[in-house]
Amino acid sequence: MSNQPLVSIRDLKIGATTDAGRRVEIIRGVSFDIQPGEIVALIGESGSGKTTIALSLMGHTRTGCGIDAGTIRIDQHDVTAMSEAKRARIRGTEVSYVPQSAAAAFNPSQRIIDQVIEVTAIHKLLDRDAAEKKAVELFRALALPNPDTIGARYPHQVSGGQLQRLSAAMALIGDPKLVIFDEPTTALDVTTQIEVLRAFRSVMEKGGMAGVYVSHDLAVVAQIADRIIVLKSGEIQEEGTAQQILDAPTHPYTRELLAAFEPVPHVPLDVPQDASRQPILEVRNLSAGYGPVRNGEPAAKILKDINFRLQPGKNLGVIGESGSGKSTLARAISGILPPYQGEVVVNGVVQEPSLAQRSKEQLRHAQIVFQLPDTALNPAQPIGAILARPLRFYHNMRGAACEARVIELLDMVQLPAALRHRLPGELSGGQKQRVNLARALAADPKLILCDEITSALDTVVGAAIIELLKELQRELELSYMFISHDLSTVEAICDDVLVMYKGEVVEALPAARMSEDARHPYSRLLVSSVPKLDTGWLAGLEQDPELIARFANR
Amino acid sequence: MLLSYSTSILVLQRLAIALLTLVIVSFAVFFATELLPGDVAQILLGQAATPEAVAGLREAMGLNQPAFLRFLGWLAGLLHGDFGISYVNNMPVADLIGDRLVNSLRLAGVTTLVSVPVSLCLGIGAAMWRGSLFDRIVTVLTISVISVPEFMVATLAVLIFAVWLGWLPALSYGADVSSFSAMLKAYAMPVISLSFVVCAQMIRMTRAAVIDTINTPYVEMALLKGARRSRMVLRHALPNALGPIANAIALSLSYLVGGVIIVETIFNYPGVAKLMVDAVATRDLPLIQSCAMIFCVSYLSLITLADLMAILSNPRLRK
Repeated sequence: MSNQPLVSIRDLKIGATTDAGRRVEIIRGVSFDIQPGEIVALIGESGSGKTTIALSLMGHTRTGCGIDAGTIRIDQHDVTAMSEAKRARIRGTEVSYVPQSAAAAFNPSQRIIDQVIEVTAIHKLLDRDAAEKKAVELFRALALPNPDTIGARYPHQVSGGQLQRLSAAMALIGDPKLVIFDEPTTALDVTTQIEVLRAFRSVMEKGGMAGVYVSHDLAVVAQIADRIIVLKSGEIQEEGTAQQILDAPTHPYTRELLAAFEPVPHVPLDVPQDASRQPILEVRNLSAGYGPVRNGEPAAKILKDINFRLQPGKNLGVIGESGSGKSTLARAISGILPPYQGEVVVNGVVQEPSLAQRSKEQLRHAQIVFQLPDTALNPAQPIGAILARPLRFYHNMRGAACEARVIELLDMVQLPAALRHRLPGELSGGQKQRVNLARALAADPKLILCDEITSALDTVVGAAIIELLKELQRELELSYMFISHDLSTVEAICDDVLVMYKGEVVEALPAARMSEDARHPYSRLLVSSVPKLDTGWLAGLEQDPELIARFANR
Repeated sequence: MLLSYSTSILVLQRLAIALLTLVIVSFAVFFATELLPGDVAQILLGQAATPEAVAGLREAMGLNQPAFLRFLGWLAGLLHGDFGISYVNNMPVADLIGDRLVNSLRLAGVTTLVSVPVSLCLGIGAAMWRGSLFDRIVTVLTISVISVPEFMVATLAVLIFAVWLGWLPALSYGADVSSFSAMLKAYAMPVISLSFVVCAQMIRMTRAAVIDTINTPYVEMALLKGARRSRMVLRHALPNALGPIANAIALSLSYLVGGVIIVETIFNYPGVAKLMVDAVATRDLPLIQSCAMIFCVSYLSLITLADLMAILSNPRLRK
């Protein structure tokens, strides 16, 4: 029967038991089919149930969750009706899994090859020599460097992009009919992501395998999926071919997702710009690093000779891949990591290198907002107390005045006043990030250093934070230094962009003309690596292999 | 396994730290015993002694030298295997301790042989089937054992097995150990009492360490590769939990050498701990110092061993 789908899910319902013992439904009656050789993408924001559905295809639910109703059929196996031992038999052989973070999914104490071929040992598919040979072939097909010897290494000895491809080899070794990809490129840099996506696509096409690709990123999904299923709150909102979803979305939620992708052109603030105006932030010959200092230089030098100026009311973006020194720059400017050379000048005043030596007034002018509100906000303190602390510290505010200002701050970040009595754990990710921002605003700063503040948020929520930043800028005449690895976010809010590579600023560009003006080879590679909402983008993308060899850490 | 250069450095560093600690500890032991109240010469000669006789004895014993010089002399002696002469009965301390130490080590050794495998099996089993009836029973038992003091366990054991049932001898030392079954009988009660105490801690720590690693994504990955529960735990979780488990075991076992005084007393077992208590009563400084050093050395070597295991089981540190 050729028209029989490989996978069919009917009316799947998955429930979770909360800490309070209440049963909540997280997947509410989902049905879809996957044809042999077809790649279906599950897309939606965090909490939409996409990973839960993907894992249930393997008959697995995380602790506290369970399949309540419905059927999952893969080939002739009824996964829902099977015993756990029988399910174990199809895992790795019929269905396999490529995890979100390969770095966490590899056992740190075993060699890579042992883990890659483990499936063949568990299911007694091949003897060890044959399995290793097959693994090496897969390494080669996935374009891994040194395919013959890379398996002998331990997971911490290879790069993130390599590990992600190795995890794909681990999933493919048992010749499964269906491969589940769970956000496999989310943790990677854009320049690395391309190569991984390409490798995935080519092995899937060659093997004729079906796939489920879980992601929150429409542009990535457009490159690899035949069909897209849009999920929200455990329900299917819309289903169609990739082209259909991108060109003619019918459901409002899909349109909202697509709209969050539309670059919102940044309108520069109308401030008098003459050269005589003092820059709000100037960095001169700044160098910083970590480790014990010898002869005035730290053991690990991270930032090398950074120079830039930021005019009041303007925004400066800092982009670059992970490890390029973006966050270290923010830490050096704020004095958390005292630079060993160079100067930081805020509003014409040369700052002391170390945080501890700076005056309260100096500290007040430049505030920093960290990437993860979960770790930046004290989980044991209510929001009101968190916001009152800088008010007391910088402005010596107490009592009713302090309370009134807390309410005002919450209003500025568009949160209800009643929220001040709650703990951070009771807020959503977006709300927490707003509180994080309000805490910086409490000091009445002129400059805010934003370190990847939208990276941990869903696209729609992140876009709303960017809008809020713009609004606050208009009202309070703020300047932002905006650190991000996401070029479209930087484009949406910044006037100028610094491209960083290995601790150096390789190029400064106007944000609006990044792709046209980029001259430095690394900036060009970076700009061309950002996925576009176009199903043919990856296939048609041509990058100079020499550039890739030089700059992409694959 | 061949050790690479950087691993050898790491191991040597750890050993050097252990050695340094030992020197500091010996310093502390020597001067702590110096602080003990009472004058040795006075105690030895009794209340009727004349001040001249006491002074003469002090001179003869070298007690008039500065403390630091005596410390150096003592340390040098230790390095040559000379533990000094007992003040009380003029016998070499090494002879006094020798037999006792063998006794203590034998008891500790048998207890280790029993308690470590039992704790590992119960701890790993409880982690493997977390939330099951087995896990709950193990948890309840370990908590109740922790809360019962060992003298109670030991006394009850004597009362039940030796007095009422008459199955086992109440005294272990001097009992007939000619055959294997007789040896089992002789050691059964002290070993059981000691095992109760050390096992509970080891089981709880092992269970916690294994559960910690079971919750990691790589163990979930093993499940998604079709691995059975036993493979997930034994091949993927356990090797990564070895460091903390080794440390928990070392801490528990170090109790066996020094902390067994109560058990040694109840079963009238002539071990080092009992010797040390007697030595304190008679102000026999060389003996006290030597016993304290033995406890410290055994503790330190167990902890160092555990650390070395943690280093060698972690490929990041092994490189």
